[in-house]
Amino acid sequence: MSSKEKLLGKKYPEALEDLPVAAIVPWPGSTLDVTTHAWRTFRPVINQDKCVRCRLCWVYCPDGAILEVDEEYTTSTGKKYKVTFKVDYDHCKGCGICANECPVKAIEMVPEMK
Amino acid sequence: MALAQETKPKEVPEKKEKKRIAATGADAAAYAVRDVDVDVVAVYPITPQAPIAENIAQMIADGEIDAELIHVESEHSAMSAVVAAAATGARAFTATSSQGLELMHEVLYIASGLRQPVVMALATRALSAPINIWNDYADAMGMRDTGWIMIFSENVQEVYDNLIQAFRIAEHPDVLLPVVVTLDGYILSHTTEPLEPMSREEALSFAPKRPRGYRPVLDPDEPVTIGVLGAPNWYQEVKVQQALAMRESRRVIEETGKEFGRIFGREYGFIEPYMMDDAEVAIVTLGATSSLVKAAVNRLREQGVKAGMVKIRVFRPFPAEELAKALENVNAVGVLDRAVSFGGAVEGPLFMEVATSLALRGIVKPMVSFIHGLGGRDIFVKDVMEMYQKLLEAAKTGKSVTRTLFYGVKSRRGHVV
Ligand code: SF4
Ligand code: SF4
Repeated sequence: MSSKEKLLGKKYPEALEDLPVAAIVPWPGSTLDVTTHAWRTFRPVINQDKCVRCRLCWVYCPDGAILEVDEEYTTSTGKKYKVTFKVDYDHCKGCGICANECPVKAIEMVPEMK
Repeated sequence: MALAQETKPKEVPEKKEKKRIAATGADAAAYAVRDVDVDVVAVYPITPQAPIAENIAQMIADGEIDAELIHVESEHSAMSAVVAAAATGARAFTATSSQGLELMHEVLYIASGLRQPVVMALATRALSAPINIWNDYADAMGMRDTGWIMIFSENVQEVYDNLIQAFRIAEHPDVLLPVVVTLDGYILSHTTEPLEPMSREEALSFAPKRPRGYRPVLDPDEPVTIGVLGAPNWYQEVKVQQALAMRESRRVIEETGKEFGRIFGREYGFIEPYMMDDAEVAIVTLGATSSLVKAAVNRLREQGVKAGMVKIRVFRPFPAEELAKALENVNAVGVLDRAVSFGGAVEGPLFMEVATSLALRGIVKPMVSFIHGLGGRDIFVKDVMEMYQKLLEAAKTGKSVTRTLFYGVKSRRGHVV
């Protein structure tokens, strides 16, 4: 094992001995592994019928937790959309910015039930 | 350039004689930095460190060192720049003094916390207020808990030798901690003494640049994150890891000092005992002050007094074990501080370390804490001889003096208060 490998420890340390030197993180994109939903008290729920696919929630979400998914959707009035906006509930922190910004009030903040 | 010329006459036969030159401590520091082929230097000049910054800037301008000199607007930036440079794998150096070190203070912890092997020269100087540009150890003592390895130099040669060793120690994969080497402001930084520098080849073979990639560094091809958030669930472990590295560094510092002695004939340990074999009383000191205390010891020996001295060379990690061993047979121990720990159990910061080292090993002796030489106040051999008298008294009565004695004071109560 090279000295560098020794210094880099384990990806998911369990004890002092596994820690990378100075807590250096050598795994790029490691924040993807981190879920940030634990502190959410309200969750945004998108009403797909009301949503006009304006993308503003996607723009405003500070955590990149709004996903634009290639999934067709037909509304109750027969309007067809090529994409659907969904929430990544692993990374949504429940701040409600999306609900506030949605011009047609298609997003409702629903209390999290434990 | 104000650097000294070689004094060896040309016609001396090729005897593989050692090169001996005249140099100030500031010259010596710059030569050491040149000889280990440093990559990045960020310095902000401050008295009495300024000639180090000037010399290095000159050498870089003259092409003597192939290094990047970063002109920064403050010491806070100087330290930030060398930490960042070290994080890319570069060999990085800075130098400072007094208030400049205070301005670096925030980043000192970051250098050690991020385990970046930065090397710094500190021309020791008193702290304001009042403004004072002369020597004492107030600045050095202020950084004792910042996680830096701290090596004190007694003379110009030691400034050079300690700096060469500092690079090897700091960059060792079992250490990866910043190292500061002190030189007493003016007393060493501006005073010319004989110096035996080594050749650049020798310096680089003793403190070789390690191949890139032996430690994690910033590299676009292999990204890493340096400087993450350490929440309560891991911060403590990172700090303990750092404390363990400081303990581990003892082995590397010792090996480095021995190896240096084997190759260059000047061996360095954690401490330097002087006339300690049969000493009855001893004073513990730091830095250039040690030479003065040695002179007092010599004078006392002529008078038949069995005086000794122990110089602390490595102040962090503190050589508690070595010191206890050196002092176990004397009848009284004095500590000469040139800094004040205001409101401390005793006011001498070095004293506290010495007393703890002895007490934890069950060595109980009469002890006296002396403070003298603040802000460049001259210490005279006769003053130190007086301190030894105080120790002889303490040895006779078996009692420590429970408060610090300030020597050399202009007071109506006398010069000791
Ligand atoms: S609640 Fe906040 S974090 Fe969650 S999706 Fe909306 S804007 Fe993003
Ligand atoms: S802001 Fe509202 S309408 Fe616009 S895409 Fe998001 S949910 Fe749909």
